[in-house]
Amino acid sequence: MNFPILTYMIFIPFLGMVVVLLLRKEQVQAIRWASALFSFIPLVLSFFLVANYDSSTSVMQFVEKHEWIPSLGVSYYLGADGLSVPMLFLTALLSFLSIIASFNINYRVKEYFAFFLLLEVGMMGVFAALDFFLFYIFWEIVLVPMYFLIGIWGGPRKEYAAIKFFLYTLFGSVFMLVGILALYFASQPHTLNMMELISRAPLLGKGFQLLVFVAFYLAFAIKVPIFPFHTWLPDAHVEAPTAVSVVLAGILLKMGIYGLLRISYPMFPQAAIYYALPLALLALINIVYGALVCMAQKDLKKMVAYSSVSHMGFCLLGISALTLTSISGCVFQMFSHGLITGALFLLVGVLYDRAHTRDIDAFGGLWIKLPVYSGVMILFCLGSLGLPGLSGFISEFMVFIGSFPVFKLIVALAVLGVVLTAAYFLRMIQRMFLGTFNTKWEKLTEIDGRELFTVIPLAILMIGIGVYPSPLAGMIRATLENIIHLVSG
Amino acid sequence: MNFSLILPEIFLFLWAILIFVIDFFLKEEKKKNLGYLSLLGILICIFILFLSGQGELFGKVYSSDSLSHFFKLIFLLSSFLTISVSIDFVAKFRAHKGEFFALILISTVGMMLLSSARELIFLYVSLELVTIPLYILAAYLKPDPKSSEAGLKYMLLGAISSAILLYGISLIYGITGTTFLQEIKTRLMVDYLEIGPIGPGLLLSFIFFIAGFGFKLALVPFHMWAPDVYEGAPTPITAFLSVGSKAAGLVAFLRVFFESFLIYNLDWVTIVATLAALSMIMGNIIALLQTNIKRMLAYSSIAQVGYILVGLVAISERGVSSVAFYTLVYLFANLGAFVVAIAFELSTGSSEIKDYAGLSRSSPVLSFLMMIFLLSLVGIPPLAGFVGKYFLFAAAIEKNLVWLVVIAVLTSVISLYYYMGVVREIYFRKKEEKVGISLPPGIKLALLICIIGVLLVGLYPNPFLDFASQAALVFKY
Repeated sequence: MNFPILTYMIFIPFLGMVVVLLLRKEQVQAIRWASALFSFIPLVLSFFLVANYDSSTSVMQFVEKHEWIPSLGVSYYLGADGLSVPMLFLTALLSFLSIIASFNINYRVKEYFAFFLLLEVGMMGVFAALDFFLFYIFWEIVLVPMYFLIGIWGGPRKEYAAIKFFLYTLFGSVFMLVGILALYFASQPHTLNMMELISRAPLLGKGFQLLVFVAFYLAFAIKVPIFPFHTWLPDAHVEAPTAVSVVLAGILLKMGIYGLLRISYPMFPQAAIYYALPLALLALINIVYGALVCMAQKDLKKMVAYSSVSHMGFCLLGISALTLTSISGCVFQMFSHGLITGALFLLVGVLYDRAHTRDIDAFGGLWIKLPVYSGVMILFCLGSLGLPGLSGFISEFMVFIGSFPVFKLIVALAVLGVVLTAAYFLRMIQRMFLGTFNTKWEKLTEIDGRELFTVIPLAILMIGIGVYPSPLAGMIRATLENIIHLVSG
Repeated sequence: MNFSLILPEIFLFLWAILIFVIDFFLKEEKKKNLGYLSLLGILICIFILFLSGQGELFGKVYSSDSLSHFFKLIFLLSSFLTISVSIDFVAKFRAHKGEFFALILISTVGMMLLSSARELIFLYVSLELVTIPLYILAAYLKPDPKSSEAGLKYMLLGAISSAILLYGISLIYGITGTTFLQEIKTRLMVDYLEIGPIGPGLLLSFIFFIAGFGFKLALVPFHMWAPDVYEGAPTPITAFLSVGSKAAGLVAFLRVFFESFLIYNLDWVTIVATLAALSMIMGNIIALLQTNIKRMLAYSSIAQVGYILVGLVAISERGVSSVAFYTLVYLFANLGAFVVAIAFELSTGSSEIKDYAGLSRSSPVLSFLMMIFLLSLVGIPPLAGFVGKYFLFAAAIEKNLVWLVVIAVLTSVISLYYYMGVVREIYFRKKEEKVGISLPPGIKLALLICIIGVLLVGLYPNPFLDFASQAALVFKY
């Protein structure tokens, strides 16, 4: 098809941002619905994307390529394959639902939605860009709206969290820039075209690969986040407003994993194999350490934040093992975690808006007062801990099955993480929803229609993939086979 | 003798004289109109510049080529923007309102002559023509002791650095017997082939040149004058200094080192690279501590020169193009930030960062523009500053100067903190009484030009990149 669907998906939210900026700040309803509309259109387009994607091949589809800055070797080059199509869909879905969830923001509404739409532009662009300069632009565009969204609408320590996030992520990104330049000059003739660079890999010798892999790794490791570069995450997640936490956990973290799969592994195959064991070990630390820290949390949002660290460990483990099943598990986990943790943050926000506290011990017996809310919350917690029948189980299972032949001991220890995850979620459920009702919360209202609307689609997808994963598996298969072939073949 | 080559400078100089003369006859309230007259003069000068061709004059003393065209445009643009914002600023001066504009024009003439200089004495005299009006302009706010201090400091240190530069010139004359850049190159090439390694006299003259130009560029360790002079001078002059004077230093450096001294580049490249690294580190770190926006921008511009030199030490066509290109990028972003600061100062009388609190509520457009200018200075895509830095770093990586690029990117991350400090005050803070910032037409025009520059050069840099590459072709690498 010749319709530039990717350009539309990326820039319609930008158009939305301009529209919102032109509205007067008193027209709050207009701003809200305009934002919803301009994020709904990419969602509709993403359905077309999924429907028209040909999963029998790993070739890039929906390609758009135009010359942009010839003297720097830069072109406007977009494309999507089995790895990016699920991510683009997830981005569109979570952005739209987050905007609906943000309807209860009453302070500086116009600026909030303008920044949020700009954020969506950046996120979409990262998954679609196939030119390094363009990729870097979208990667960095994400940082500015995040800084403002956390810094203005966030919690008590918002300014600290915002600048910490910006500095930390920028630090990683600039090393990626050096890596990009190194790749550009190492390639003959010089090019920033990612597909070209993949097909010409490996460029230069092992030493070069090892070094440049580390440069890119810094950027991705901070994003995912991989221990020990995870320390920005609890602050950013906890202080961010609800909808921002959703996209932060649901999408931004996945950008790091996407980078590893799209760039690091295909372009530096020898380095990928060389670093496989250290990466697997770091994954293990993420999984187990993340889960242990969760056990100690009293703040519900912080607990969910650290659970992201733990779940991203599964993705990394799957990548490092480099089998079709393990990497498929990683991509499943990217998608599933986006759904589940996105929903968890939305639900934490629902409670916080009413109770103005996130202290787990402050609640009790909520099931009695808020049965619908409790039911939905418990459903997603079970999804997060990997209950069979829900998508989390599929992804974790695939990672374990795929990685076990390669890293027996590490996987055996990682399974411990599953037990710990169950422990902290069940304990939280017991403390908050079961037991005697704490009469302090007599006045709480049930989850309302708008809030339910934001989590129901996520629940449907979570259950759908948990019960019938083959459509997603089929979509990603060819692309992942190609990636494995590029690394080991 | 094709005098049409030097017509832009002659025209602008005569226009400056015209301003002086008319000022004599004008009533006090009408004097700010001289600003509009100056703007007209600059526009006509730009027009003449586009019509003038390329060639050499006065026996290779003066040369009009693509490099001089590029930089003359930069100088004219920076003086246009400076005068544009000064029109309402001159009300602050008790006397000599008209001369203010004329002096800026004369300094600009000096810069334009400097960019065409192919002979050392001519270069030196042009450099003096640039700086002497600036000494006066820095001290223009007579009631303010900081302004007088600025002028005096600038003059004293400027005189010393001029003397050192002259010493370097005389050493070169002693070694090569000529002051013409092309002849110096030939003589040094002969020396290089016959003798080989550099002699102490030549090395010393390199150091003196670096020191002399380093002062103009406010390069570490010749930067000490900059924060005090930037803070004390009237803010439009600070803006002019931060862009025009630095670009003048750059073009002088390029002319001398890339034409005459290129054969010995291995000897001076390491020195310059080290000074660039020091400037980036010191400029960015000390900027973190600043509470006054003019001082902060002073230290930030010390660091920005460091970034520019990263591209310069790559000693390649890509390197010099990136230097020229980034100068343009830096002009729009830096002057833009200063214009916002000037607007703020005119309405509130303050240059302290903490007084910017809550500006986003009362002046959303101005705040947004300031944010864009500061983000461009950090180098965040898709703004011009990012493309500029990318180009600079690419030139350096091509020549394996990875250590320098790593310092540059790390210090860029540090710079984020203090640039965002201003943004934080503007956006995150609340203020009970809203302060209205009035934007007179001169300031609006300047803001418009700067924001278009930053966005256009960032999103569609091709024509500007080509123009910069043309400028770089002047030298042989």
